[in-house]
Amino acid sequence: MLSVRDLYLSFGGIKALQGVSFDAAPGQITAIIGPNGAGKTSLFNAVSGFYRPERGQVIFDGEDIGALRPDRRAALGIARTFQNIALFRGMSVLDNIKLGAHTRLDAGVFDALLYFGRARAEELALRREIEERVIDFLELDLIRKAPVSALPYGLQKRVELGRALAMRPRLLLLDEPVAGMNREETADMARFILDVQEEFDTTILLVEHDMHLVMDICAHVVVLNFGQQIAAGPPEAVRRDAGVIEAYLGAAA
Amino acid sequence: MITGNLKASYAADERVLDNRWKQGFVLACAAGIAALAGFGNDYVILIACQMGIMLIAVTGVNVVIGYTGLMSLGHAAFVAIGAYAVVIFHNAAAGTIPAPLLTLLALPFAVTVAALIGIVVGLPSLRVKGLYLAVATLSANFIVIFLIEQDAFARWTGGMNGINTPTANLLGWDLDSRREQFLLIAALGFVSLLAAQNLFRTRVGRAFIAIRDRDYSAEILGISLYRYKLMSFAISAAYCGLAGALYAYFYARILPEQFGLDLSLMLVAAIIVGGMGRTMGAVFGVIVIVMVPEVIKVIFGGIAGGGAELAQIRAPVQSIAFGALIVLFLLFEPFGLTQIADRALRALNRWPFARG
Ligand SMILES: Nc1ncnc2c1ncn2[C@@H]1O[C@H](COP(=O)(O)OP(=O)(O)OP(=O)(O)O)[C@@H](O)[C@H]1O
Ligand SMILES: [Mg+2]
Repeated sequence: MLSVRDLYLSFGGIKALQGVSFDAAPGQITAIIGPNGAGKTSLFNAVSGFYRPERGQVIFDGEDIGALRPDRRAALGIARTFQNIALFRGMSVLDNIKLGAHTRLDAGVFDALLYFGRARAEELALRREIEERVIDFLELDLIRKAPVSALPYGLQKRVELGRALAMRPRLLLLDEPVAGMNREETADMARFILDVQEEFDTTILLVEHDMHLVMDICAHVVVLNFGQQIAAGPPEAVRRDAGVIEAYLGAAA
Repeated sequence: MITGNLKASYAADERVLDNRWKQGFVLACAAGIAALAGFGNDYVILIACQMGIMLIAVTGVNVVIGYTGLMSLGHAAFVAIGAYAVVIFHNAAAGTIPAPLLTLLALPFAVTVAALIGIVVGLPSLRVKGLYLAVATLSANFIVIFLIEQDAFARWTGGMNGINTPTANLLGWDLDSRREQFLLIAALGFVSLLAAQNLFRTRVGRAFIAIRDRDYSAEILGISLYRYKLMSFAISAAYCGLAGALYAYFYARILPEQFGLDLSLMLVAAIIVGGMGRTMGAVFGVIVIVMVPEVIKVIFGGIAGGGAELAQIRAPVQSIAFGALIVLFLLFEPFGLTQIADRALRALNRWPFARG
């Protein structure tokens, strides 16, 4: 599915990624963990195409996608959410989610200007699909017409997940989906992530500081520290890894 | 809960005129236009034609500035291109293409040429934003006018002295009176507005808004910034080209200086006053922008019966008025008259149950 090979990325003197390599198994949830500034978001940016690594490869479905712009990677089926929510704030929940389906629709300019006919049929089909697959699924039906800027933080995170789901992604990158959430919201989000994995068979990469969540729902964990990959494996093994314990205690001290 | 707006199906929920006030408003507008065409005097028809032409251009400007968030101070260039394209097309094709077909072919020709040049002028938007883009488009405006004025092209454009324009002819029907031209302008104005409204109910228009609101988010959803920014420029230029074509048919003669920075500024002022990124923004903005010079004319006429020295300062006074409108709206009502109308509509929609 996704294979990251020996990635190097730096900003001036800061080495954000130094030889990161791992595979994300199809249909599984893989966690990327590590202390603040470890390079987790940078890794996501390299996978989704915002940053160009100096060395290494990002291989998706056997194809090196390193040269593609972000929108091309999205079209291949890679979706993501951002650490600090990146919704379209002036738009309604529904319009935000509809935007997620952009690459799956194909009305051209002339269809759009005419509307009646092709574009209308496509829009109505999209509306129906979104209502069933996203709005019902994520329990957003009471707020579909609300402007996202009026929603509480936890719901905004959920809408952003919804927008990503509307892409029908094959690979979903979630950057700290439960950061800043209370217990109940976290439990809801964990359930939604598991539901996505189960129901749509999506491969998921998850960056998260909440260790309970990581240990509970992930099949595989990759640990980064100062851009270096210090451990990788099943959650129980990683939890007992001496290097990992030291990195976390070191960061906390 | 406002039960008057309850929807029973997704199709009903996706409609544009989603309540009776909006439907009533559109019907009233249509009736008003029909009444104008039938009973308006020459002056009223003249003003209505100017508004119709401006409406098409401002709707185009709204696509790129209001919806896509790309600043342009050069859209008068596309109006010029549309106008000159019609004249050149008529002069070149007269004799080879039968007269009844000329206008039907000249209009799409003008729109296409404007759209293609719009793509070229839009190229800087791939690299720069905001003020830099405003300057880049402004330069494009100057370059286009400069080229039209060159003696080398005067054979086709008439150069600095301008050029006489043809009369529109639709399948043998000569549109040689203002009233007839008004019918064409009103019809095309309505279609233009409808098409713009449609655009923003589909993926194309949503992509524009996404780019305006947060371009990296748009990209992560698979929207090619490159493609959609240029598409936005092309569409808006096409609208301005159509407005220019109608301008050429409407006036007996066109001059390059009519399509300079003054016109570009006027287009921007209209959308700021009316409301950026809203369909009705163009409508409200155009009404104001066309009426301001008329009001100034009346005031000046009242002061001195229209003396010669006074007539000279009328143009600068007009520019100052537009400038003041832009500043006042940006400061106090950045979403324009549409926002004010929205508040009124909300109050009406709730009436008589509540106020707000
Ligand atoms: N655009 C950038 N320019 C300069 N430095 C950057 C940039 N993006 C990231 N960095 C640096 O790269 C390092 C890794 O940052 P990154 O955001 O990937 O960390 P992270 O693991 O996501 O941390 P957190 O848990 O705080 O989100 C940090 O030192 C950061 O300051
Ligand atoms: Mg991060």
